[in-house]
Amino acid sequence: MPSNKSVSDSQIIQFINCRILKDHLLQREDLWVRDGKFLDPEKLFFDEEGFADIRVDCNDSIVAPGFIDVQINGGYGIDFSLATDDVSGGVALVAKKILEHGVTSFCPTLVTSPPHIYHKVLPEVKVHDGGREGAGVLGVHVEGPFISPQKKGAHPEMFLRGFEAGGVRDVLETYGCLDTVAMVTLAPELAGSPAVIQDLAQRGITVSLGHSVASLSQAEEAVRQGATFITHLFNAMLPFHHRDPGIVGLLTSDRLPAERTVYYGMIADGIHTDPAALRIAHRAHPAGLVLVTDAIMAMGLPAGRHTLGQQVIEIQGLHACLAGTKTLSGSIASMDMCLRNFRQASGCSREAALEAASAPGPAPGAQPPEGHPGLRHRCRLRVAG
Amino acid sequence: MRLVILEEYDQASEWAAKYIRNQIIKFRPTADRFFALGLPTGSTPSGCYKKLIEYHKSGDLSFKYVKTFNMDEYVGLPRNHPESYHSYMWNNFFKHIDIDPANAHILDGNASDLQTECEAFERKIAEAGGIDLFVGGIGPDGHIAFNEPGSSLVSRTRVKTLAKDTILANARFFGNDLSKVPTMALTVGVGTVMDAQEVLILITGAHKAFALYKAIEEGVNHMWTVSAFQQHPRTIFVCDEDATLELRVKTVKYFKGLMHVHNKLVDPVSTMKDYIN
Repeated sequence: MPSNKSVSDSQIIQFINCRILKDHLLQREDLWVRDGKFLDPEKLFFDEEGFADIRVDCNDSIVAPGFIDVQINGGYGIDFSLATDDVSGGVALVAKKILEHGVTSFCPTLVTSPPHIYHKVLPEVKVHDGGREGAGVLGVHVEGPFISPQKKGAHPEMFLRGFEAGGVRDVLETYGCLDTVAMVTLAPELAGSPAVIQDLAQRGITVSLGHSVASLSQAEEAVRQGATFITHLFNAMLPFHHRDPGIVGLLTSDRLPAERTVYYGMIADGIHTDPAALRIAHRAHPAGLVLVTDAIMAMGLPAGRHTLGQQVIEIQGLHACLAGTKTLSGSIASMDMCLRNFRQASGCSREAALEAASAPGPAPGAQPPEGHPGLRHRCRLRVAG
Repeated sequence: MRLVILEEYDQASEWAAKYIRNQIIKFRPTADRFFALGLPTGSTPSGCYKKLIEYHKSGDLSFKYVKTFNMDEYVGLPRNHPESYHSYMWNNFFKHIDIDPANAHILDGNASDLQTECEAFERKIAEAGGIDLFVGGIGPDGHIAFNEPGSSLVSRTRVKTLAKDTILANARFFGNDLSKVPTMALTVGVGTVMDAQEVLILITGAHKAFALYKAIEEGVNHMWTVSAFQQHPRTIFVCDEDATLELRVKTVKYFKGLMHVHNKLVDPVSTMKDYIN
């Protein structure tokens, strides 16, 4: 029976026979949607005296928030760091493919590149909601070039740079337009970084610390300036040391602004992080764990040699290294593989794993917290068995 | 009165649910002639609600042509508070059945004018043609709805200040913090329930035994407001063994002896499948 239309004429859809992630638990509850937004059925019943126009039987599936991947360099032969003639086509292809892995929102990621690449690629990426055609684009994640030469990983050294012109100017010169940028990874020990972090944070861009040799106090200062994320924890940063835990120490630091959650990306492909290390991080700060794939263009492609940005990489099984070296250059595990790996390694509940892959779920209608690009986005749903 | 005594809570809940089901189906409600049902909240009726939901899910009972009127609601508690009676009814009953939301009436404890809200509720009951079956419970102090000891036995829907006993009893739902328990409620009056065609009172548990004794074995007394129903032509008390612990053996034996008569009211149990195509 339809509603009394006092609020809206749109159809109300009720998903029945499903388990939904609510209050951090998988519960047997119906899910109500109208105009692409969750409805509180109790409010609907008492205020609008309404209920469903359409009932969808989910056959006991789980309906969970779509996964969010804030670090993905490409896939299926598409490399986001390459300035091709059809950047938006490439993004759309990956967007469509990763839908199969359960990802409904993502940040196409660019590794350290020369300015002309950013100037060409960034304007071509459109920020938009996802849908049947593919996952939504939250914005671009620019990983570099303002990173430490000592922790460049697979990034090309010749394009790394610091804040020579004062900081914000370097940022604008390098990237060009920041309109489509959702996230920036930088090394906070670079001179001039506090002003940059502050500026970026004020623009609503998520600042992530990574590829850095920062000490814990440098990292804490960065968080105080507005940084809220850590790029692939443990990788490309100083290892944990008991007298200076470095960036890793942010997980348990007590010198951060109150109410601020520091999120940390974790590549749970079984290769980038040992399960024991993953467990240490997870147990220390479970609320901040965010699964990322850091997938490269070879994800979805067969074994062999492929190009990533300005570099050549080699794939063997689930390993992707800089050609001729043992330096990891990214992962080729899909998000659902990462989720399963994570669940197995950490022994966490299904609910915790689902939340790590999407976002700490805001309740329907609630304002999502700050600090994670995915959280500002309307929650997309997927149905899983 | 009828005093229906079942062994345990579950059987009492089931008997009551079957009775309600049979009464609704016997009435054959239609779009032109709704069945008006008065409803309680609390732990006592939750087993009964579960059974009613079961009957609905099996296709035997529809609430499409049923209007409901709840007995009471706290004043000043946000409607979506987990302890509000709106929340209780939504979670324990309405969300599982096919009742039209426009026909589910609960007093609004956040209305700007509580007096007007109460009068409007009485009017809605009158417009519905009066309540056909009012289901209720009993408090440990013998109250029906929030008609606390001392309430007029001919009272109508109004605002009541809760007795200390009631507040203490409710504290467990508010984290045992007395300051968080509502002190006022809107409630149907004793007179309002007495106007119903039929009244079914569910009483289970040893902690209700003394109240049941006062309600049916002593006189009509405004200190034990459920006793007013001694003067109603059609009242059924459904209880479990524990609730009878304070009654005279003679009373219990007499009514247990009548169970074969009482059971004819619930056996056979009717189904809407018989007349809905």
